Amino acid sequence: MIRVVLPSHLRRLASVNGEVHLEVAGEVTQASVLDALEARYPMLRGTIRDQESGRRRAFMRFFACEEDLSHEQPDAPLPAEVVSGREPYLIVGAMAGG
Amino acid sequence: MSGVRVLVGTRKGAFVLTADGSRQNWDVSGPHFSGWEIYHVIGSPADPDRLYASQTSGWSGQVIQRSDDGGNSWQPVGNQFSYDGVPGTHQWYDGTPHPWEFERVWHLEPSLADPDTVYAGVEDAGLFKSTDGGDSWQELPGLRGHGSGPSWQPGAGGMCLHTIILDPVRSGRMFAAISAAGAFRSDDAGQTWRPVNRGLKSEGIPDPDAEVGHCVHRIAMHASRPDVLYMQKHWDVMRSDDAGESWREISGNLPTDFGFPIDVHAHEPDTVYVVPITSDSLHYPPDGKLRVYRSRTGGDEWEPLTNGLPQEHCYVNVYRDAMGVDSLDSCGVYFGTTGGQVYGSADAGDTWAPIVRDLPAVLSVEVQTLS
Repeated sequence: MIRVVLPSHLRRLASVNGEVHLEVAGEVTQASVLDALEARYPMLRGTIRDQESGRRRAFMRFFACEEDLSHEQPDAPLPAEVVSGREPYLIVGAMAGG
Repeated sequence: MSGVRVLVGTRKGAFVLTADGSRQNWDVSGPHFSGWEIYHVIGSPADPDRLYASQTSGWSGQVIQRSDDGGNSWQPVGNQFSYDGVPGTHQWYDGTPHPWEFERVWHLEPSLADPDTVYAGVEDAGLFKSTDGGDSWQELPGLRGHGSGPSWQPGAGGMCLHTIILDPVRSGRMFAAISAAGAFRSDDAGQTWRPVNRGLKSEGIPDPDAEVGHCVHRIAMHASRPDVLYMQKHWDVMRSDDAGESWREISGNLPTDFGFPIDVHAHEPDTVYVVPITSDSLHYPPDGKLRVYRSRTGGDEWEPLTNGLPQEHCYVNVYRDAMGVDSLDSCGVYFGTTGGQVYGSADAGDTWAPIVRDLPAVLSVEVQTLS
């Protein structure tokens, strides 16, 4: 079970409270976690990554285990702590503005 | 009993203002979609309970929301806006070619007859259509592809398609306006388009009389007389009597002819409203006085409407989509400001009062008259 934490504006959009818990088949990567997230919550399509290119939106960030994974390859395996559910996968709105 | 519903889009959410036909006491609901920029909220002329909203965010992009119960509940619908084919390029601010990139939906225009059909004007300028209540969107590529598209250039606010007008009489005729490309007309339901900018003069472009390149801010039409169009251009208030084939200036005695919104009285096709703004670099009313100007002669002669509006120390702007009218017997007029006020007049502009004073900056105001 993968634990995903959404930023507040996306929790409101998806009408969820707290963490999202996902079952991910096969290798657990950023891409497979986001695929599972968007399958469960179709209204999140396009809000985290571009629907056509699959690229992360510029002001969204991905963190886990106190590391910034935003620039990692989408198909790279996620840390074992995320795969086991011990640590959450964090989707974060980047700090922006003045 | 009749009533009015005012749909307000702001920088940080949407608000719905409702009143009975007297328009004296208002109920305010919201913020809906709090924290998101709501560029536009609008109701279907064919079904007043069907609403559409354009919800955007610098972080998370575009969401389209639909309500089937007059705004009590909402559901996200389709948000994939893919340009048709290979999108090509338009001009960037520095004159270099720039790929067409979807940024946001500025304006939604529901069909006059079918609640499930709705058009979307987007940045970078393009026109999309949905026939399934917003679940899916297809571009009408004839507008971007008619020939002048590669020469279009963004205005300071981005290259947005902000105005869509559907002719209620001539089936298939529609108008669109783009900053900073100009006005365009289709006579075949959006399949093919041509520029309709003859008579516009813009000092800020190399050829003031060019076929395209004009920064049109807003166009308005009265349903009873669809060949007459009123336009607030970057500078100049204009009028066409032949469905855009030619334009003439009607700025007349306005204190400044710069501004954004323009609208027409619900029952008097020669009564027009604008909000003069000092200049393109000073986006606030002249002399710190918020004045709506009304012409009852179809332009050229304008009178200031000040009763109930701040006449000192007022430095707000009124955006292009932030004015609307109701169609009750005494026409109501409404507009919202960047200072978060929404003003209403139940007597065609003679007197005004704020409905709300402290919303986030208002991006759009649409009005539904309910029976």
